[in-house]
Amino acid sequence: MNDKLMTLNLKIWRQKSAKHKGRMQDYKLSGVSPDMSFLEMVDLLNEQLVRQGDDPVAFDHDCREGICGMCSMMINGEAHGPSALTTTCQLHMRHFHDGDSIVIEPFRAKAFPVIKDLMVDRSAFDKVIQAGGFVSVNTGNPQDANNIPISKENADLAMDAAACIGCGACVASCPNASAMLFVSAKISQLALLPQGQVEAKARAESMVQKMDEVGFGNCSNHAECEASCPKGIDLSNIARMNREYFKAKFS
Amino acid sequence: MSTSSKLDSKIPEGPVQEKWDNARFKYKLVNPANRRKYTVIVVGTGLAGGAAAATLAELGYNVLSFCIQDSPRRAHSIAAQGGINAAKNYPNDGDSIYRLFYDTVKGGDFRAREANVYRLAQVSNNIIDQCVAQGVPFAREYGGYLDNRSFGGSQVSRTFYARGQTGQQLLLGAYSAMMRQVGKGKIKMFTRREMCELVLVNGKARGIVVRNLVNGELEKYSADAVVLASGGYGNVFFLSTNAMTSNCTAAWKAYKKGAFFGNPCYTQIHPTCIPVHGANQSKLTLMSESLRNDGRVWAPKAKGDKRPANEIPEEERDYYLERVYPSFGNLAPRDVSSRQAKFRVDEGRGVGATGFAVNLDFRDAIKRDGKNVIEEKYGNLFEMYERITGEDPYKVPMRIYPAVHYTMGGLWVDYNLQSTIEGLFVLGEANFSDHGANRLGASALMQGLADGYFIAPYTISNYLASTKLEKVDTENPAFKEALSATQKQTDKLLSIKGTRTVDQFHKALGHIMWEYVGMSRNEAGLKKAIKEIQQLRKEFWNDVNVPGDPNLVNTELEKANRVADFMELGELMARDALEREESCGGHFREEHQTDDNEAKRDDNKFCHVAAWEYTGDNKEPTRHVEELKFENVHLAQRSYK
Repeated sequence: MNDKLMTLNLKIWRQKSAKHKGRMQDYKLSGVSPDMSFLEMVDLLNEQLVRQGDDPVAFDHDCREGICGMCSMMINGEAHGPSALTTTCQLHMRHFHDGDSIVIEPFRAKAFPVIKDLMVDRSAFDKVIQAGGFVSVNTGNPQDANNIPISKENADLAMDAAACIGCGACVASCPNASAMLFVSAKISQLALLPQGQVEAKARAESMVQKMDEVGFGNCSNHAECEASCPKGIDLSNIARMNREYFKAKFS
Repeated sequence: MSTSSKLDSKIPEGPVQEKWDNARFKYKLVNPANRRKYTVIVVGTGLAGGAAAATLAELGYNVLSFCIQDSPRRAHSIAAQGGINAAKNYPNDGDSIYRLFYDTVKGGDFRAREANVYRLAQVSNNIIDQCVAQGVPFAREYGGYLDNRSFGGSQVSRTFYARGQTGQQLLLGAYSAMMRQVGKGKIKMFTRREMCELVLVNGKARGIVVRNLVNGELEKYSADAVVLASGGYGNVFFLSTNAMTSNCTAAWKAYKKGAFFGNPCYTQIHPTCIPVHGANQSKLTLMSESLRNDGRVWAPKAKGDKRPANEIPEEERDYYLERVYPSFGNLAPRDVSSRQAKFRVDEGRGVGATGFAVNLDFRDAIKRDGKNVIEEKYGNLFEMYERITGEDPYKVPMRIYPAVHYTMGGLWVDYNLQSTIEGLFVLGEANFSDHGANRLGASALMQGLADGYFIAPYTISNYLASTKLEKVDTENPAFKEALSATQKQTDKLLSIKGTRTVDQFHKALGHIMWEYVGMSRNEAGLKKAIKEIQQLRKEFWNDVNVPGDPNLVNTELEKANRVADFMELGELMARDALEREESCGGHFREEHQTDDNEAKRDDNKFCHVAAWEYTGDNKEPTRHVEELKFENVHLAQRSYK
């Protein structure tokens, strides 16, 4: 365990609200322990800002264990920072060094307008799910769960896709601000399961249409989304989505 | 002690197996064409709230759904790892509805209502069917059928799971059902909203006031019934495994409007969490207790032994769970294991830099089964541990310590999940109902979904069909009153401009709670806690510093409102723990233990629910009692020796 405290030079995007103009601001922060999480480091800064009577940096966060998908932040240009398969809340300061400069910005995309500082509005994702990211079954009395055997292979692939936490790192990393990895993960999960196949065509069509409508860009195979995804959602989901989409369009 | 006249549990007639059928037959129904005339508010979008909102909307009611996060998909149910119990008996190992009922009553140390628990076990199977129909990708065997595992020391394999992300997958199932109804216009979704007040009109719950967290505006919403599914209050301890925004405010405001608070002292402290690293820690992370299937828990025999774990020879290690509980060993239940870890630390035998930890060692399991087998079982957990601590648990033992994880207490509800306020229904962790004094592993998800999908939709329909509801809108003076109460509190908080931050107060409160109202409690400590909390409250209202603009995102203001309520709730928890002069489940009173330090219940005096009634600010609340009758599972001492 390394107990040596660090001093960091932070450059953080400050923006009062969607209506205000934003800018980068410099902060020097000392007393950062390598055992802190990245968000605890920002907490420390905020605690100091509040004591000085300044407005703390607003950022989204909630579970702080890498599953709710609420935390975001571009850290030195990378969504969720430098560690692979790690959300910002699970990134720890031992990956940084004393004297480092760290640039912290919000996830940027046309479909994710800034609310304040590092906080953005990701409700566009909910709108895409509303367009078809479900199986149309009411609560009631469906058949026994074991009446639908599903091969372990497909169940595992569906689970791989379902692991998406909806954080939006894929969109923020993509030069086109495309949401294809997010959308394809849901389309794949349901297309791989018999329960989802009944509506597969309508789902693919309407989710893709909604994705375009709410302002996400197109895919041009940069694969930045896959590289930045904290849950390892595979690029092959996009290929599966395209197959589903074309099947719907041309059959 | 006999039940207070203010508490009518409305338990249906008949043998326990027939009560739910009898109740459902007697419930009044709302004609499908009339359902669109009713509006129901649902606060919270976790398993309970999400499931209830979706189901009520499917039935044809208009639903207004509120969540504190930016999307309903982020509610803290998402963080549950282990699984969800159901009495399917797919593995043919002797499970049944009756056995799940029996285990849950016993596991709760005989402090839950039999009728509720039986119903929970009954609908557990419907939940699995429903979730599979929604496309929840539960783990499967090679034959394509659902896989089950044993969890939390259970003798049958009744736990369904989706890797280590069961809560996430179930929540996304409920979320997708909700989104379908949002798309159809039956649910109106309000995100980034926090409930500030409950509004009563003629004694009935008819609406809420919420703060819009983006622009600070206070908004009023009216309805025919209000559902609270706002989760538990573990964050009263500051450090817990709860999410940062998990809070008690919605439930607390309802308490202050007349909803009784049931068993506030019942807190679950989970034994396998990653220990605290320092003063700037913001939250604690749970490691699934499945780790105890292969890991051995130990502390050094000698006090103050600061050698690295691997340098402590075998004969100087105390595998204390195996020593004290030879038959359950490392799989002893949560409350028992947590307390034993505390005993070791109190003896000065804790490990790590802070001394507040014990070892969870996989050395022997790796030697026995090989690293590959252990990696296959726990790889993701080992990775998570290494990410947080920077240590490799394949090489050195994990360090673990108990942390606050779940609150069994909550708003008191009758069999219909209705609180002591007419028209206010409380679901999931926010109510007190099914887990008694200790919740079993994989039962929280079961209860949330049972309440939301299969119980509340029936009981709320019955309420709407059988209650005369006059027309109420947000122009009603009760809304204006509630709104101005909230505005007043906001103005007050912003005007103090003191010297201490909200987090400083929250940490101070957490320290008092952990010290005196935590894993083990005694009379002197609890009295001290009450005094210290009262003092802290006074300081808070004179010296807190809440900067910023109330009309923009203001997270300090949000936190200040929550901490103000946590302080009041903390005091009530201490009071409840003080009055309950027995040990049961998660509530351990040092004065009431057996010769070998086990919890000692007092069924003559305390076989009841304590439900607290608010009587005014700075006045002592009134303790009411609901007597518990055990007609099916006979009272017995739990033993894991």
